[in-house]
Amino acid sequence: MIPQSFEYCRPGTLPEAVALLEQHGDAAKILSGGQSLIPMMKVRLARPEYLIDINQIAGLQYIKEEDGYLKIGGLTREADLETSDLVRSKYPIILDTASMIADPQVRNLATVGGNLAHGDPANDHPATMLALGAEIIAVGPRGERNMPVKDFFLSVFTTALEHGEILTEIRIPIPRAGSGGAYFKLERKVGDFATVGVAAQVTVDPAAICQEVGIGLTNVGATPLKANRAEDFLRGKRLDESNIKQAAQLAAEAAQPSSDLRGPAEYKVAMVKELTKRALTRARERSAAQPIR
Amino acid sequence: MATKRLVRVKVNGHDRGAEIEPRLLLVHFIRDVLGLTGTHVGCDTTNCGACTVILDGRPVKSCTVFAVQAEGREIRTIEGVANNGQLHPLQEGFKEEHGLQCGFCTPGMILSAYALLEKNPHPTEEEIRWGISGNLCRCTGYQNIVKAVQYAANKMSEEKHAA
Amino acid sequence: MLHKTSPEIGGMGHSVKRKEDLRFIQGKGTYVEDVHLPAMVYGQMVRSPYAHARIKAIRTEAARNFPGVLAVITGQDLEKAGLSWMPTLFHDKQMVLATGKVLFQSQEVAFVVAEDRYTAADAAELVEVDYEDLPVLVDPHRALDADAPILREDREEKTNHIFHWEVGDRKATDSVLQSAPVKAKLDAFFPRCHPAPLETCGCVADYNSATGKLTVWETSQAPHAHRTLFALVAGLPENNIRIIAPDIGGGFGNKVPIYPGYVCAVVASLQLGRPVKWIETRSENLQSTGFARDYHMTAELAADRDGTLRGLRVKTLADHGAFNAAAQPSKFPAGLFSICTGSYDFATAFCEVDGVYTNKAPGGIAYRCSFRVTEAAYLIERAMDVLAQELKMDPVELRLKNFVPPDKFPYQSPLGWSYDSGNYHGAMNLALEKIGYRDLRKEQEDKRRKGELMGIGISSFTEIVGAGPAHTFDIVGIKMFDSCEIRVHPTGKAIARMGTKAQGQGHETTFAQIIAQELGIPVADITVEEGDTDTAPYGLGTYASRSTPVAGAATSMASRKIREKARKIAGHLLEVNEEDLEWEPGKFYVKGAPSKSKTIQEIAFAAYTDIPPGLEAGLEAVHYYDPPNLTFPFGTYICVVDIDKGTGEVKVRRFVAVDDCGNIINPMIVEGQIHGGLTEGLAIAFMQEIAYDENGNIQGGTFMDYLVPTAVETPNWETDKTCTPSPHHPIGAKGVGESPNVGSPAAFVNAVVDALSHLGVRHIDMPITPWKVWQILKAKGVAE
Repeated sequence: MIPQSFEYCRPGTLPEAVALLEQHGDAAKILSGGQSLIPMMKVRLARPEYLIDINQIAGLQYIKEEDGYLKIGGLTREADLETSDLVRSKYPIILDTASMIADPQVRNLATVGGNLAHGDPANDHPATMLALGAEIIAVGPRGERNMPVKDFFLSVFTTALEHGEILTEIRIPIPRAGSGGAYFKLERKVGDFATVGVAAQVTVDPAAICQEVGIGLTNVGATPLKANRAEDFLRGKRLDESNIKQAAQLAAEAAQPSSDLRGPAEYKVAMVKELTKRALTRARERSAAQPIR
Repeated sequence: MATKRLVRVKVNGHDRGAEIEPRLLLVHFIRDVLGLTGTHVGCDTTNCGACTVILDGRPVKSCTVFAVQAEGREIRTIEGVANNGQLHPLQEGFKEEHGLQCGFCTPGMILSAYALLEKNPHPTEEEIRWGISGNLCRCTGYQNIVKAVQYAANKMSEEKHAA
Repeated sequence: MLHKTSPEIGGMGHSVKRKEDLRFIQGKGTYVEDVHLPAMVYGQMVRSPYAHARIKAIRTEAARNFPGVLAVITGQDLEKAGLSWMPTLFHDKQMVLATGKVLFQSQEVAFVVAEDRYTAADAAELVEVDYEDLPVLVDPHRALDADAPILREDREEKTNHIFHWEVGDRKATDSVLQSAPVKAKLDAFFPRCHPAPLETCGCVADYNSATGKLTVWETSQAPHAHRTLFALVAGLPENNIRIIAPDIGGGFGNKVPIYPGYVCAVVASLQLGRPVKWIETRSENLQSTGFARDYHMTAELAADRDGTLRGLRVKTLADHGAFNAAAQPSKFPAGLFSICTGSYDFATAFCEVDGVYTNKAPGGIAYRCSFRVTEAAYLIERAMDVLAQELKMDPVELRLKNFVPPDKFPYQSPLGWSYDSGNYHGAMNLALEKIGYRDLRKEQEDKRRKGELMGIGISSFTEIVGAGPAHTFDIVGIKMFDSCEIRVHPTGKAIARMGTKAQGQGHETTFAQIIAQELGIPVADITVEEGDTDTAPYGLGTYASRSTPVAGAATSMASRKIREKARKIAGHLLEVNEEDLEWEPGKFYVKGAPSKSKTIQEIAFAAYTDIPPGLEAGLEAVHYYDPPNLTFPFGTYICVVDIDKGTGEVKVRRFVAVDDCGNIINPMIVEGQIHGGLTEGLAIAFMQEIAYDENGNIQGGTFMDYLVPTAVETPNWETDKTCTPSPHHPIGAKGVGESPNVGSPAAFVNAVVDALSHLGVRHIDMPITPWKVWQILKAKGVAE
């Protein structure tokens, strides 16, 4: 319940923050929303000696479309994604995702950047960002770096971020007309981590052929997973019930869940299939409703 | 021993301050340093919401925020809900609709509802239930809490029209 | 018989708004953690990570030398004062701080006292304990095996068997089960769960060395019993101990036992001469304090082919954890489990229970269970559905056929209880009408044709509450009376104190309403206090739905004593004989001349200013009530569920609860109790279990995994009532706080099984998780 003692720093700029992280090395951790880190500190699983609070750094909270991308600042709160008109009207998959993270109070502080940088396979945004083909922008000692999200998650609680780097932006290529996406999360109760979560993003042409597809999986492996084989199967085919079912089966085969208090592995695999079906079906519905740009 | 920090916060409209350890949780700052014991601790894994306070207009779980993070910011606790002794419609609603039994979840619940009604003055039942989904109650089964919030929404809407 | 009072007076039947609310809605309650005393220090427990291990060494030097630490207490230290063990509330003892070995994960091993809680947390990490693994016993079915590790070396008999208890007619029941044309057998496990009130347990122990007085603010549902036990165990004079149970944030049975933390805080305060605060964390609460249930039960029903019940045989294995710390009446090792014949008229029945030790947290009685009535009601209501399935009979028809009929009350059950009153058909019929039962069955038929899954679950429970008559009931020897003391002031206001202690049940309002009913003094003019042992009369506290049946009765009786004296004073004031006076709530008037009257307020004033010769001044009374019997609330709950074939998730579409608790004091408060208890039942049926792996590691020992439903998971509850007063209770009331937790689990489970019964499913153990349902669907070939 009580964290170990630490020194607290509140840099006002990114360069300051990066310098502090470099200075203190592994003894330092970034405090963003804190809704994952502070609980870990309270049970003393995390024992940083230095906490670098980046919440005062200006210019890291935004949601905007620019240069063909939806750009989300790393410090953007989940609650702000929920209330953003832009997200609600054009990116319902992101609304689905944000609104299922924890509960209202946690969402007021939790950040998208933190949700990705923490590297927890149980977090929800990774699957959605994988489905959307996002890019991660980070700023560190070596300057600014772009990383495709599919190369971002390395293993449990380990991302491609190097020590000293701060995730500053998530960039999502604006989907073409005829696109739609959805995130489905199966949870034991509101506020829980996903038993299984599936994000599906599709672009469907007027002939009902699936031109582009991205499928991300939550909490069924050591990292968030991209269902590559399911995607490859669907690309170029009609997005109909039969193909959706087959793709769902392939997505289930990509899952490597463990048995735990959320259910046996066998159940989770079956739920990947079920949720993939539902997510692809909803994504298809939304693709039909998306206004032409 | 970590360097103590001076933290200055506006609490229920009053300027408060103290020198504290960085690791001091906001809930302990509120309860033990400021002596405002209406905010409660009900768990140790950020699940129950009994510690909910409003930070710069948004409800947060004060057990999962360090007090130093509140530097220069504004907090409202349950003690700051009534207006000069006049009960807020939410407080009235909880009493009129039997929205509490043991009272332990009540401060956090009222603050979550307070923030909900500020954002959404006419919530549906579903929106109320989602709005308080970060606050656990063991006594009421939530049904009368929903009614209490609806009471408040109606009363606040009437007062607004009357004004 | 019961006068109707005006809303201003607010007697029985009025939904008076609660008096206690004003402080809670403003955050001005005083819970134990809110108590701040000068020079107060903090205690923190050090706990065992192992389920079964010998303690080779405990090194406390680093902790003791940590700046800000005032003391580190171990079992060895307590041993010197004869306090390393303490009696439990049920014929056993438990370690306060471990000596020799630990017996469950999270068991208390050392107590660190420091200037503030943050220092205590740091210092606690510095206590080093060397453990030597011992083989772990978690399966109660293995507890009596020849090669099972013997857990309790302190017991004379080296066995894990705690007790065997039986009741009923074994021979007659065996015979009926042999010969009956139809039999149904059910093995049902009621998983270990935890009451988890939102406020955890804790205390502030303040020993004043100048006066020799020990004051303990404690989260206690039974402050007087605690005071007496502290006196007996710690050797402190009872008049120098004051227990104050202030506002309590929920109890549900979790706050009846005495916990090691309380004892350690008291010892530390005695040692240091300073107040010591100990508040456990939620994890500590879930992992070490009084759990509930953990009953492995088998029921066998015997019936005729037309569904007439002939007999019931029940055998149960009770898992009590490492110490039998169940808080229950001393002659009843399985509580009131023998209510398991339920609402049905059995000619014969037999019930036996064996309790065993395992390497788990101690306890066994909690969570709104009326002493195991939850287990009993669940078993019989589940078994009836299994029998109905066997007979291919509608579960409603089977119940209606076998309910104890109204003319058989008071009903002698074959397991020894005399049910005071009941109208089971009435509750059932009202519930059926409200839910639209016939239409639901039609809908179910339609849905089954389309391959959709929907189920209807019935539970027609009978409870036994209000323990209990002195001839049969006591807890550690203290009889289970309860009490009320009322004093009316000259200006007609009153103060009353009881031996009970509410943790959310609204006693400050409901007990005032009883007095208002009896004396006509408005509820607003009556202050009700509970929980301070220096001022409240002795009582056994609030749990097992006993407050209204016992202390409520005492309140009524004390009020009537006051009314008796008031009559004399009125006669004196009106210059007539007592017999010439009539009473209506709030005043006495002369028969035939109603304008000649005196209000209770005028009478109260006279009690101090114009006292009749021969009478003492004042207007007060105390009553200790020994209930002549328990009371038997009952009801019918009907639950409708729909199952998502894709995920196995069960959604409760509707839930109708018809409760009969006799005469109701405050309908609003009763309804609130029902809502809360049904929500607990929902959680138990679908989401909650305190489980252990084979090494005794607790699974789900935090709120991350011990799941409490939010407002989103909780459906709307439809409540209604019938009213069958208790003939032996002064105000005809029965108590109702636990009914919804008692009656609902079976309704939920019956509904799910009903949804799948056409596939051949006859039972599913709780918690009914989505994956459990899905596995059944898969096995039956209907998963999507």
